[in-house]
Amino acid sequence: MSDTILATRNLQKSFGALKATDNVSIDLRAGEIHAIIGPNGAGKSTLIGQISGGLKSDAGQVHLMGRDVTALATEARAKAGLGRTFQISALAMEDTVLENVLLGAIGATGGGWRFLRGVSGDRDLNARAMEALARVGLAAAKDTRCADLSHGQRRQLEVAVALTLQPKAFVMDEPMAGLGAEGSKAMTGFLDGLRSEAPILLVEHDMDAVFALADRISVLVYGRIIASGNVDEIRASAEVREAYLGESV
Amino acid sequence: MIGERHVNLAVLAGLVIVPLWALWADEIFTITLTTRAVILALAAVGLNIALGIGGMVSFGHAVFFGLGGYAMGILAFHAQSYTPLQFGPLSLAGTKSMQVIWLVAMVTSALAAWVIGLLSLRTTGVYFIMITLAFGQMFFYFAISWGSYGGEDGLSIYVRNGFPGLNTLVPIQFFWLCLVALCVALVVQWRLRTSPFGLTLNAVRQTPQRVETVGLNPRKHKLVAFVISGAITGLAGALFADLNRFVSPTMFSWQLSGELIILIIIGGVGRLMGPVIGAAIFVALEHWLGGLTDFWHIWLGVILICIVLFGRGGVIGLLTGKEGPHV
Ligand SMILES: Nc1ncnc2c1ncn2[C@@H]1O[C@H](COP(=O)(O)OP(=O)(O)OP(=O)(O)O)[C@@H](O)[C@H]1O
Ligand SMILES: [Mg+2]
Repeated sequence: MSDTILATRNLQKSFGALKATDNVSIDLRAGEIHAIIGPNGAGKSTLIGQISGGLKSDAGQVHLMGRDVTALATEARAKAGLGRTFQISALAMEDTVLENVLLGAIGATGGGWRFLRGVSGDRDLNARAMEALARVGLAAAKDTRCADLSHGQRRQLEVAVALTLQPKAFVMDEPMAGLGAEGSKAMTGFLDGLRSEAPILLVEHDMDAVFALADRISVLVYGRIIASGNVDEIRASAEVREAYLGESV
Repeated sequence: MIGERHVNLAVLAGLVIVPLWALWADEIFTITLTTRAVILALAAVGLNIALGIGGMVSFGHAVFFGLGGYAMGILAFHAQSYTPLQFGPLSLAGTKSMQVIWLVAMVTSALAAWVIGLLSLRTTGVYFIMITLAFGQMFFYFAISWGSYGGEDGLSIYVRNGFPGLNTLVPIQFFWLCLVALCVALVVQWRLRTSPFGLTLNAVRQTPQRVETVGLNPRKHKLVAFVISGAITGLAGALFADLNRFVSPTMFSWQLSGELIILIIIGGVGRLMGPVIGAAIFVALEHWLGGLTDFWHIWLGVILICIVLFGRGGVIGLLTGKEGPHV
């Protein structure tokens, strides 16, 4: 399809004898949220790693905006328009919230090679960073050290850093994990609006959020996509109930 | 607790007051000691950029210190012996000009840092420590076997090199020159740390995978930082050789690499003035304890252990009550 933004073709990754992902082909179309669900250890984070470039695939391809990015390193894929969030926060813990988003802004403006002019005096960088913080509701915490943030705030900050990149596609690994009911609701509302800017490949355990948000759901079990469809189809699927929903719903 | 800015200003004031007092009291040796501290501080500022900001625990920074030293030694040796410096088919004259020597020292060190960085930045952690140590040993043994420049005995330079408008033979004048070099390096370190490059490098140390996912290349940033770091330490090496009017393979020794790391830890890793405070304490201990016992390194070790155990931010951490630059 022409409006496919991100696609994987037969992605595969083994850790020793374990096939973490096995022939995974999914796509993400403009304007949609495509949720990937599956039990612990199903290979969801492995898939995210393969898409974003952190993990080298054994086989298969990743296409972004119709371009084969399989051979590209992580930073090149980011530049090509991929915005990723981590399941386990990968933030600079010693730095402030603002500095963490500034890093994203620096990446987005290709400005890691400016040596002498201070970041704090750069209006463009700061405007980008503050805008992203404001959108996730972290503007007031900008001077807080990342290590002092609550778990939920770190999740928000993860998303804010990805926002600064203004990516063509978001790839999010459990942005709601541990957020609590309130936080989950707020994040659900935010992601709902975000999809019109760029589609989201959403790995999530929170079924309420997934059913509320997803245009499509793919179910990953033991590294394989066992079902794919809209919310109603996935809810109705006996195979999915048995393999996954049976244990969590 | 004292603000870090005040600590920094007090340290700078000390670097001006101590030699002025020594000049007034005619304590020439104190001026020499302070000069030594300033030069070691400069070398450590170089290392601090790699280690403190970039998290690269280089156990081979003596390579750059030694290269700076030998750049001075070789150029001045050919100038004082009126022999040409044979460089393949090229025949160059030596020089007694400090500016030329500094330039050669920095360029040579930067090139060496680039090559060493390319090869060793593929590794991290203990492997990086070991591979940089190995490079240090390589240069050390090469210098020992390099007979034309004194081998193990080193090279003596009879007259200190010159700088326009100064009489560098006068200790206080040479001191001011070294202090200006240190201040310039401190400004560079400070601007670097607050620039987009520095913010990125600082993040590379903490979370390289994040840096990649925002489209920046961690290894390239580390490499550039390593090159800048090597160049600054190389400049310090040239000044150190000029202070002693002597170069020898010990400038390449692993002990020297280790001492640079130690004095950064004592002062405060990644702190602007960490290298300066560390170098001042190191030189003071070396002088006073070294006069009392040959085993003064043991006491240095005790201090180091105390700092690592009880004051993670080094002396600056203790004074400011903040373990890191941001806490
Ligand atoms: N680097 C690795 N080395 C070896 N095995 C790994 C590695 N990373 C993941 N695995 C294994 O691969 C399988 C898939 O892991 P992955 O993290 O992708 O699961 P997940 O679906 O994200 O699980 P969760 O819901 O717990 O986050 C697991 O069995 C895991 O133990
Ligand atoms: Mg996971």
